[in-house]
Formats: sequence, C-alpha cells, structure tokens
Amino acid sequence: MQHESHSHGIDISALGRSRQSLDMANESVAIEVPGLNLFYGEKQALYDVTMNIPRKRVTAFIGPSGCGKSTLLRCFNRMNDLVDGCRVQGPINLDGRDIYRKGEDVAELRRRVGMVFQKPNPFPKSIYENVVYGLRIQGINQKRVLDEAVEWALKSAALWDEVKDRLHESALGLSGGQQQRLVIARTVAVQPEVLLLDEPCSALDPISTLKVEELIYELKNKYTIVIVTHNMQQAARVSDYTAFMYMGKLVEFGDTDTLFTNPAKKQTEDYITGRYG
Amino acid sequence: MISPKVSAVKQNNLKSWYKSGAPGVWMSGGAVAIAVIMTLGLLTVIAIRGLGHFWPADVIEADYRIPGQEARVMLGEVVQIEEVPRARLAAAGMPVATEGGEFMTRELLKVGNRELFGADFSWVVGEWLSDARAPAEITVLERREWGNFYGYVVDVREGGEVVAEGDAAWMELQARIERVEELHTQLVRLEKKEIGRINHGMERLRLAQRKLQLENRLTAEAQAGLDAERAQLDADYAKLEARMVELYSAVNRDSVTLRASDGRETTVALGKVVRAYRPNAMGPLDKMGFYGAKLWEFVSDEPREANTEGGIFPAIFGTVLMVLIMAVIVTPFGVVAAVYLREYAKQGPLTRIIRIAVNNLAGVPSIVYGVFGLGFFVYVLGGSIDSLFFPESAPAPTFGTPGLMWASLTLAILTLPVVIVATEEGLARIPRAVREGSLALGATKAETLWKVVIPMASPAMMTGLILAVARAAGEVAPLMLVGVVKLAPSLPLNGNYPYLHLDQKIMHLGFHIYDVGFQSPNVEAARPLVYATALLLVVVIALLNLTAVYIRNHLREKYKALDH
Repeated sequence: MQHESHSHGIDISALGRSRQSLDMANESVAIEVPGLNLFYGEKQALYDVTMNIPRKRVTAFIGPSGCGKSTLLRCFNRMNDLVDGCRVQGPINLDGRDIYRKGEDVAELRRRVGMVFQKPNPFPKSIYENVVYGLRIQGINQKRVLDEAVEWALKSAALWDEVKDRLHESALGLSGGQQQRLVIARTVAVQPEVLLLDEPCSALDPISTLKVEELIYELKNKYTIVIVTHNMQQAARVSDYTAFMYMGKLVEFGDTDTLFTNPAKKQTEDYITGRYG
Repeated sequence: MISPKVSAVKQNNLKSWYKSGAPGVWMSGGAVAIAVIMTLGLLTVIAIRGLGHFWPADVIEADYRIPGQEARVMLGEVVQIEEVPRARLAAAGMPVATEGGEFMTRELLKVGNRELFGADFSWVVGEWLSDARAPAEITVLERREWGNFYGYVVDVREGGEVVAEGDAAWMELQARIERVEELHTQLVRLEKKEIGRINHGMERLRLAQRKLQLENRLTAEAQAGLDAERAQLDADYAKLEARMVELYSAVNRDSVTLRASDGRETTVALGKVVRAYRPNAMGPLDKMGFYGAKLWEFVSDEPREANTEGGIFPAIFGTVLMVLIMAVIVTPFGVVAAVYLREYAKQGPLTRIIRIAVNNLAGVPSIVYGVFGLGFFVYVLGGSIDSLFFPESAPAPTFGTPGLMWASLTLAILTLPVVIVATEEGLARIPRAVREGSLALGATKAETLWKVVIPMASPAMMTGLILAVARAAGEVAPLMLVGVVKLAPSLPLNGNYPYLHLDQKIMHLGFHIYDVGFQSPNVEAARPLVYATALLLVVVIALLNLTAVYIRNHLREKYKALDH
C-alpha cells in the first residue's frame, strides 16, 4: 500500500464494489453536530464543526495529524471527558437527544456508541471473557445467553473460525489483527448503534488490515460507522461519506466518490493529491 | 622516559577505554560483588556460629594444675580457645610463671553440673591442663532444669532400688529414658491441652457469672446452671488430676546416679532428663543423627531454662502469625488508599502533600510507632473495648493490654506507606488503552477499576506486600511496647474457643534474639542461640517473602501487561 501513497488516481472500483449514487439529503441522520467547539485548557482544538453523520453508512474522517479528527470522534461517546481540562461547547445530538446534556448516563451512552481504538486493547482475560465483558457489566450472567452472544459476536467479527477451539485461552496470545477483530467483536457484543473506529488498522499488517476493512464493509448494514484514518486509500475503499478536516476545522464533507474525484475545496485537493500532510 | 608519541597513544587508549563505558561496568559490577559478598559473609558467620552449637562436641577430661595448688580433674566441652597476654593474666592475680612466651592460651570449658559447681562454664589456662583424654564412658545428661550434667554413670535405680550398675547401667538408662519420654509426652498433653481446656472453661464460667451479676440478671436459675457446669468441670479435673499424679509418680519412679569429675555423686530423676548421650563414643553418623534431632528440637519445641535451652517454636509461630495478620490488615487499607489517591482524588497541591506525608511516614523511626501503638491502640482503643465489651473481666484488662492484635495493627500502620506507594506505582503502569477499552464498553469507572485495573495491578500490590512483610517481620523495637513477651504460656492459636486469641501476648523471633542475647542469666549458653535464632529469623523472612514472590509471579503471568 505504501507505493500507492503518492498517487492520487484512486480507483474506487478496486474492491469490485459498485456504489449506488449517494446523496446526503436522502440520508437519515444518526448523529447531528450543529456547531461544536472544543478546548484543551486555553487551546482551541475544534472550531465550529457542523456535520450530520448518516445512519447505517460508513463515514470516514481524514486529515493530517493533529487536525482534530480523533478528538471529534471521541466526542461522540464522550471519551474526551477523561481528558483533564477538556471543554466541549455545543450539543451533539444522537437520535435527536443531546449527549452532553445534564444527567446523561455516560456509561449507557458508551454502550450505545461503541469504540475501537488505534492499538488493539484486549483485557488480560480469556477470549470468551473479553467478548462477554460488556454483557457482564450489564448484569447478564446466564451462561446460555453469554455463549450465544460470544458465538454471534465472534462470527460478526469474522473471528469465530480462528478461535472457536480456544475460547478460554488468554486473548493476549492472539496476533495483532486477531486482537483488533476481537476488540470489534467485544464492541458489537453489546449491540451498539454506532461504531467509532479510531485508526483501527494503523497497528496492523496489510493482510489483517484487509480483513478488518472487509469486516467494516459487512458491519455497515447494521451499524452507523465512523472511522478515522490516515490512509486515504482506506477511506476511499471503505467509506460512503468522507470528511476532510484541517487545523480543527471541517473543510469538506460529502460522499466519498465526489470528495476524492472532484473535491470542492483547494485544501482538500492539495491533501488528497499529497501536497501536504 | 616515554616518548610523547607513545604517551599520546596511551592517553588515547585510556580515553577510549573510559569512553567505552568499561569503567562504569566495572564499578557497578564491583558494587554488586561487594554487596553479595557482604550478604553471604553475614549469613555464613551467623550460620557457622549458630548451627555449630547443636553439634555434639567431644567431652574431654584433663588434670588441671594451678601452680601452688593441688591438681584436680576437669571434665567438659571445649567451647572456645583464645590467646591472652601473659601480663594480663598475671595482673588478674593468677600465679603465672614470669618467663615463657608473651601469650598464653585460655580455654572456655562447658563443665555443666550447675548445682555442684555454681556455673556451667569455666575459664581455664591451657598451659595448666595436662593429660587430656576423651574416655568413651563420659555421659552427658541433658536435663529439663539445672542444665547439662557431665560425668560417669554409676547406677540406675527404680524406686530407690539399684537395678543396674557399671556398664549395664548405660543400656538400662537408655531404655528407661525412652519409657519416660513417652510418659512425659502424655503428661505435657494432659497439662497443656486437657487441663488447659478446663482452666479455660472455669475462667469462661467465672466471666459469665460476673457478667450476669453486673447486668443484674444472675437469677437462682442461672446460678444453678453455672454451678452445674462448674461441678462438671471440677469432676473432670479431679479425674485428670488423679491421672496426672499417677503419671508424675511413673515419670519420677526411675533415677540415675552420676559421678562428677570431682567424685561427688548426684542422683537425677529420669523425669527431669531430656536425653543422655556419650559424645566420645559416637561415630560421625551417630553425631549427625544427634545433630538433626537437636536442630529439629530447636525449631519445633518450646524453650526451657529461661530460653537458653530447648526450642523456639512459639517464637516462630508468633512471628509468622503476627505478620500474616498484619498483611491481612494492611493490604485492604493500603490498596484502598492508593486507589483513592491515584484514581479518584483530584491531583493538586493537597494530594501532593498527602503523598509526601505518606512517603515520610515510611521514614518515621519504628519505636515512635510503638509508642503510638501503646498510647492509642492499647490504652485508648483497647481500654474502650474493655469497658464496652468486657466489663466482667475488669480490673484485669482483656484488650487494654499489649497483645497480638495491637502488635499486628502497629506493624500495619508502620508498613502502610510501602503498600500505598507500590500500589500507586502499579496503578500508574496500567495502560490507558485498557481502561478506555473498558469504559468504551459502558463500564463505569468503579467497574473498570474493580474488573480490570485492580486485577492487573495486583502484582504490584504483592510487591508492596513483600516489602511490608520483610520490614515487619524484622521489626522489634515497637513490638516490645505493644505485645511481645519473653515467654508466652500458650500459643495464640489453639483449640480453645475462640481459637485465635488476638488479646494474647506472643513470642517473637526478633525479640527472642534481644532477650536471649542481653537479658539472659547464662550469657555463655545463650550466645550461640542468638546466632541460631538470627539465622532462623532470616530463614522465616525469606520463606514468607518467597511465598509472596511465588504468588506475585503467578499473578504476573496471569495479568501480564500488554506487549506494546
């Protein structure tokens, strides 16, 4: 994939998927961001970001390092609450309800909005216990229910065949790609509505990356997926819509085909053609 | 004269040698080597001095002729030989010859026979000893009181009647000691366990009666019930007493007569004899067997003779039990404090001050903790507990006096900083990614802590506990104030309800070393025991630590950190 990075003639049909033409206006909105400002202490990291994330589609955030795409992603499940001095201004509406309003049950929000991180972060427990972790947190402990959930989640994450004979071995014995798919399985096991993927392939080898990408393609029928990626080819391959961010601002947001083939903004074009970033 | 060129090369060599880091490696290696040598040397000295004590040395007999006096026979073990200046002996008023070498030898003999000679040990001048010999017939009698007896077996008697004399007496003695040994075991069990149980029951009844009295509920009915129970115990006791008297007379039926070096004869009841042996007649294998038996006695038996004879089992037991109770107390407190400081408290000047204070607590001299324990735990807490829960035993204190619980609690606050610091470090090392992974699945902070973070930090907690145990097991000074005694009548864990007696005083290896070494009436006999006890203390601490290390490694394997 490295040798492609300087070219910009991205072939959308490379994966053999033909896309019906997408139009933002026809989409149902899952997450509405009417105008978001975010500060780390005195420093502003996001400037008046306004966007609507469509339901059951894959939306990719691209942009150079430090442009705020991960920060924006982490607003959707309030992971930024954990950062000292982080201040969010403006609502974010998930299914029409502001997740930043007072009295919001953050734990429940995070169950509904699952997140997969850059580095695979399985717990030092067995594969089985990793998958059922979120269910146990919800107080589900019947073995039959858990067994079913494990099989379903691991199948959803295309990992079942590889691990079905060693469910009770440590998850740390899996390869990086398997660990990342296990983390995805763990996340879908709690049946979220939205999946946030924060550079899920940046620590993986090309084959594992391909598997995760195929998995994302499978999962988009069921979940609203938002993926942050550094890799423009990846964004082009997996996403329906793409947002380009630069210096904390949303520069351009539109359907992936248009954004990559016919960007409206000069900055976007410069970035995807490799002039900077 | 070195030419400038050569010297430049040399300088270059030196410089590059210096740059290569080799001096640093050598210095670090040297420091490690010195530390290792010091540790090994320390252990070796303690081991040699302590373990040698149990070896059955030959007993010599020699003529001792002080110039100007009549010769007499000395009989004993040579414990120590040293050289002293002739002038010093002369100055001490000894009739040493003025000519001869500058130094004379002086030997310390263990002559035993305290009731005849007044002291177990005797210093003699080596040059005045002559005709040293080691007859196989010399017998050493290890007794329950009055120390060892060194002499020749004259006869063995049963109820005052001589049953064996001369050579036959030795065989007879062995057989009869075995019989007495068996009876003595029964006697000890009877006294400690069964009579102990009755005494315990009596005391319980007395307290129950007093309690009813205090609460004005001592009805005739209750009184009758108590009296019935007491009568039952009395009846049991009468039976046991009869059995005890019987055993005593059986134990004291036989006696042995020995002749000391000066010809005086002494008769010793076999009930007072622990063992009799003839060291000069023993082969190396016999001696090894004897050595093993003595060593086993040392770690498994109770002390005798003001702690200078017998074993130190109660001290080992007390030390281990106290440390375990301390661990049970300190771990939850330390972990909870560390979790709060690291995970919940707002990091700011206040937490920084608290952290500094915690670290400084580790540097407070331990005797200060002892004083605090005595003033707060024993007097304030213990006193309140007594007046609230044990009014019936007043004025005798129950918890208002030093005891196992206060000793453990004092050590717990002494070691709390170590556990807090180690746990905090462990918590800080848990990768953020794992916490976020848990939170992102809808777990609350508390659930994340409980299910992921604390299990992963458990090896660090064990490290803290290991350090705490190492420190606590070796601590003596504070314990002298809050619960350790020279001789405890019974173990703090026994068959009498409530089994674990937190109010009892305990024996402790560290204090035992101090007591035997410095408070003993019999310094020479005690000295090797100081070393042996010290060695045992090191072994006990090492074993406690190894157990904890084993558990920690197991946990580490289980929760090994993610490989990033």
